[in-house]
Amino acid sequence: MPEWLVSYWALMGFGPTGWGVQMLRAAAMTVAVSASGFALGAVLGGLAAWGRLSASRVGAAVAATYTTVIRGIPELLVIYLVFFGGAAVLGWIWRSVWAGEGFVSLPAFIAGFIAVGICNGAYQAEVFRGAFRTIARGEIEAGRAAGMGQLLLARRVILPQLLRFALPGLGNCWQLCLKESALISVTGLVELLRQSFIGGRSTRNFFAFLLTGAALYLVITTVSSALFALAERRALRSLGRAP
Amino acid sequence: MGFLGETFLAILPGVPTTLVLMALSVAAGFVLAVLFALARLSGLPVIAPAVRLYVFVFRGTPLAIQMFLIYFGLAQFPEVRASALWPYLREPFWCAVLALTLNTAAYGSEIVRGGILSVPRGEVEAARAAGMSGGLLLRRIVGPIALRNALPAYGNELILMVKATSLASMVTLLEVTGLAARIISTTYRVFETFAVAAVIYLAINGALAWLVARAERRLSPERSGAARTGPDLGLAR
Repeated sequence: MPEWLVSYWALMGFGPTGWGVQMLRAAAMTVAVSASGFALGAVLGGLAAWGRLSASRVGAAVAATYTTVIRGIPELLVIYLVFFGGAAVLGWIWRSVWAGEGFVSLPAFIAGFIAVGICNGAYQAEVFRGAFRTIARGEIEAGRAAGMGQLLLARRVILPQLLRFALPGLGNCWQLCLKESALISVTGLVELLRQSFIGGRSTRNFFAFLLTGAALYLVITTVSSALFALAERRALRSLGRAP
Repeated sequence: MGFLGETFLAILPGVPTTLVLMALSVAAGFVLAVLFALARLSGLPVIAPAVRLYVFVFRGTPLAIQMFLIYFGLAQFPEVRASALWPYLREPFWCAVLALTLNTAAYGSEIVRGGILSVPRGEVEAARAAGMSGGLLLRRIVGPIALRNALPAYGNELILMVKATSLASMVTLLEVTGLAARIISTTYRVFETFAVAAVIYLAINGALAWLVARAERRLSPERSGAARTGPDLGLAR
């Protein structure tokens, strides 16, 4: 083995001086916080899409404001809002309701996934809205004519098709979550970027750690896009228009 | 003057920094994007796959880690510290510009490539039949059509770049988000500070979206009144 590889392995491997376990744990944290954010984003995005498509003027206005504002401001700002704002709200509740003392803070993981979810929901709303538009009007009318109620119609006719058409867009939203999760490091959550920074600082070898972190991100994004491509092929199979 | 007014005045000095970061990196990034797009379409043996790898790496990793690699990572090499570029690479501002430029070049090259690929074959054939080739064909026919087709997607990229400049605050630069974060951590007035910073970003992005829409209308007289396309999520970082 070349010398640089030996010293790299000593640094990043799983031996006594290696940071391998920490780096992999941080990568798992990145995936966990991104996945939680993505799930929250799906809920918020679904609600926002529903609001924009609904007949309710207020619902449409609220949903449109949410998606427009969030897509127009930096994610980092939303992270600060949730992290510090959440602490402010929690502290207020703590002091006024339970007459507690001192400061309360929102755990970084929770603040992080809420912030990622809020940001991602705005993008997912657009994906869901676009996907809903591709469902043939006639199918919904046929469902109604067959006597289906709102819920049954949603479950049997709308959702199965919606999810299929939304899959490519959702894949992009997931990639967005992964990359956005790096910004949560400003709250101190030890995810991949933060861990790479910590490792680099304590060994005075930022380059090796950040490059390893970047490589791990690349592995995560590449594996995810392969999985989404697989899911797309499966989902569109029955429609006979698989790419 | 209330807290909102004071906060607004405190954040305002960050606006030029945000705009300059964005303008420099978008300008340099666009030049690189066109070069990269042409390199990929050229199909040249070593160059095209190298550009492909570049785009894959920069689109597959977060901008934050790219910025950290340039700011913290490069400084540890004595060769870099001895080089003529060190006065620039030492500064967080130029590191942020470099990271933003390299990042937008990767996304932009895909947009430009899409624009060039969308030029109808017939137009190119007609131009060739009229005796155009090489630079002239590119300048008169392919360039303008590709630019017009790529404009909606590039407009989204511009807005994403305005948002991306906020990451410069992670390498200690005090642009709009950096100043807002500092005010939040000193005054604990989160919501007011957030609102002020959000309004500033929305104003910048609103103006930008308006300019892009105007440019789109001017460049496509035959399609005036056509519906604006929604944001292309593939560009998001």
